[in-house]
Amino acid sequence: MPKRIYLGAAIAALLVHPLNSSAASDTDLQTLREQVQQLEQRINRQSNSAQPAPAPAAGAGGEGAFNPAISLILGGTYGNLRQDPTVPATGFGMNPNPGHEQGFNLGESELGISANIDPQFRGVGTFALAPAGGISVENGFVQTSALGNGLNLKFGRYFSGLGYLNEQHAHAWDFADQPLVYATLWDNQLAEDGAQLKWLAPTDTFIEVGGELGRGRGFPGSDRTKNGAGSGVLFAHFGDDIGIEHSWRAGVSLHETKRVDAGSDAVPDLLGTAGGVSNSFSGDSRTAGLDFVWKYSPNGNTANRYVKVQGEYFRRKESGDLTYDTAGANLTDSFSVTQSGWYLQSVVQFMPTWRAGLRYDRLDPGVATVGALNAGNVIGNYAFNPSRLTLMVDYNPSEFARLRLQLARDNSRQGLADNQLSLQYIMSLGAHGAHQY
Amino acid sequence: MNKLLYTFLLLLLSSHAQAALNVFACEPEWAALTQQLAGDKASIYTATGALQDPHRVEARPSLIAKARSAQLLVCTGAELEIGWMPVVLRESGNSTIQPGSSGHFEAAQYVTMLEVPTRLDRSEGDVHAAGNPHIQTDARNFLPVAEALSKRLIQLDPANTAYYQQQYAAFNQQWRVAIARWEKQAAPLKNIPIIVQHQGFPYLNNWLGLKQVAELEPKPGMEPSAAYLGSVLNELQQHPARMVLRAAYQDERSSEWIAERAHIPAVVVPFSVGGTPQATDLFTMFDDTIQRLLAGLK
Repeated sequence: MPKRIYLGAAIAALLVHPLNSSAASDTDLQTLREQVQQLEQRINRQSNSAQPAPAPAAGAGGEGAFNPAISLILGGTYGNLRQDPTVPATGFGMNPNPGHEQGFNLGESELGISANIDPQFRGVGTFALAPAGGISVENGFVQTSALGNGLNLKFGRYFSGLGYLNEQHAHAWDFADQPLVYATLWDNQLAEDGAQLKWLAPTDTFIEVGGELGRGRGFPGSDRTKNGAGSGVLFAHFGDDIGIEHSWRAGVSLHETKRVDAGSDAVPDLLGTAGGVSNSFSGDSRTAGLDFVWKYSPNGNTANRYVKVQGEYFRRKESGDLTYDTAGANLTDSFSVTQSGWYLQSVVQFMPTWRAGLRYDRLDPGVATVGALNAGNVIGNYAFNPSRLTLMVDYNPSEFARLRLQLARDNSRQGLADNQLSLQYIMSLGAHGAHQY
Repeated sequence: MNKLLYTFLLLLLSSHAQAALNVFACEPEWAALTQQLAGDKASIYTATGALQDPHRVEARPSLIAKARSAQLLVCTGAELEIGWMPVVLRESGNSTIQPGSSGHFEAAQYVTMLEVPTRLDRSEGDVHAAGNPHIQTDARNFLPVAEALSKRLIQLDPANTAYYQQQYAAFNQQWRVAIARWEKQAAPLKNIPIIVQHQGFPYLNNWLGLKQVAELEPKPGMEPSAAYLGSVLNELQQHPARMVLRAAYQDERSSEWIAERAHIPAVVVPFSVGGTPQATDLFTMFDDTIQRLLAGLK
């Protein structure tokens, strides 16, 4: 095509040329005419020969069809809860309590932009647009694409590779909310500022090991602003197929961070202070996790029907010093506790476009060892295990749209059992995303 | 100690030192074509089966592990594998098979694409910017793809050039003979009105002259509702079709529903190698496709 434009321009120049040279002789004009005729013939030959050759599809190699690939996720919920959703799970008053809202809510809209930067790097930006206004950077990372040898280096802000659910974006969740163990131990999911290095073994079985060093940005980190790293993660993933119908992945993860002056408000105490007290904790936090997922699909055809079973277990030990009632008594003494939690869930696509899921959640707040100074103030033993049973059904008219109904029997707060109903929509527009396993 | 270390390193490297070219084929038809062209010079892993919708595959750990050691990736392209291939490629940590490198082969780049949309809008369903990706239903498309693939094999494994050239020449000749045979057998199918379940057959229609009068999916990639199927059934009163066509991996319900009410046969075609018990290689895949279409006429 550019060739033809070139030739056209050349002809135009040749045609204009005689006007400028008023002294052009007949012979000059004759040679010009011949040149024009030759050019015309060349154009004709080119356009004829161009026809039978198939037009090569340009840039068919993946997400580059849109450069950069831009996608927007629109989501929203309607929540019907009988109890106040701001009350945290019993025994987890010093943990985050992300979660549920009543009535109609615009969920976070998520704008994603990704593209190859050059042959060495690929960049990804995911921006969460909060319904009340404001933009936050959910992900903003660069990853290598040409290291080879099974190595992948990622740096910037990314979802940590620990566990199974942690790397999945909210629009890919199988339920309207995260399992309790993710909500309380990871504030839904751990996004870290730092660097991650992964290595995939050259074996037929999937064996991947990775490590991360980060700022300690998300809970349980306390956002270190000094030199050095504020958190570290190690993980290993294994996976394979069994025949054409079954596939699985299992993993182990370790997370470590140092918490400095990590404050929490409205924590209940032994004295029954109305509205609770504000506490502050400094110390080490170590978490270990196990995860697995198994998927089955008749003939391996996930478009029609499949069954997915997954479960994860996390156990966190924190030890250090707790300051009780920072606004009042302000008593500091040693404190250590081991919290844990797990969930088990299954999602079944029983016919194309329709899925149903069931999830059971359970937490153990542990029994804390409280230093003598605070033994009369801080609750060490809640003697209650929060749990929840959730049922969901969703309808997916296309790959890009999902409508969901979710019912939960929430027993995560002692004496505040709740029946929770959520309606949710998740729509994605723009570039066709590729999902992780 | 050193000895142990060397043994370990050798073990690690041994997977690379294999004589055969490690090929990762996205779909069975490309595995079969690579088999025809490379014989025992390639060790081929097929990522999907003919009973799987190649558009809706997951980026399973096993696929990532296999892509890690692949030297050549042979896929359809044209966004057919867009839901999983980008993740597999990224996670594989294998720089030799990334898009644009010689280890990345997309068949759709070598054939004339049909149904290239003039309007890229998802209200039209899951349309692909490069055109309809189901190119393997027209036997003629295998000629340019085979030529390009053979060249690629030679480029990656020049030591076996003579062998690849010989394999290609043999395939090219046999395939041309086979096309002539299939076209002759399929002559009665010309201008036969058909319905398709999914917009997956433009290349087949274009080749054999079948006349598609309706699709069961309201838009590509969308399951039809009962009401929509009813309207298709009504339309069939005016424009009767002789059969309803679907690929082996597609859910049977909507085409069986129509077939029963319109009193026409529901025909399942293999769509890829392995889609039916008879379709054991590329040749029998087309033998069986045409036999099944002809059987639908009776």
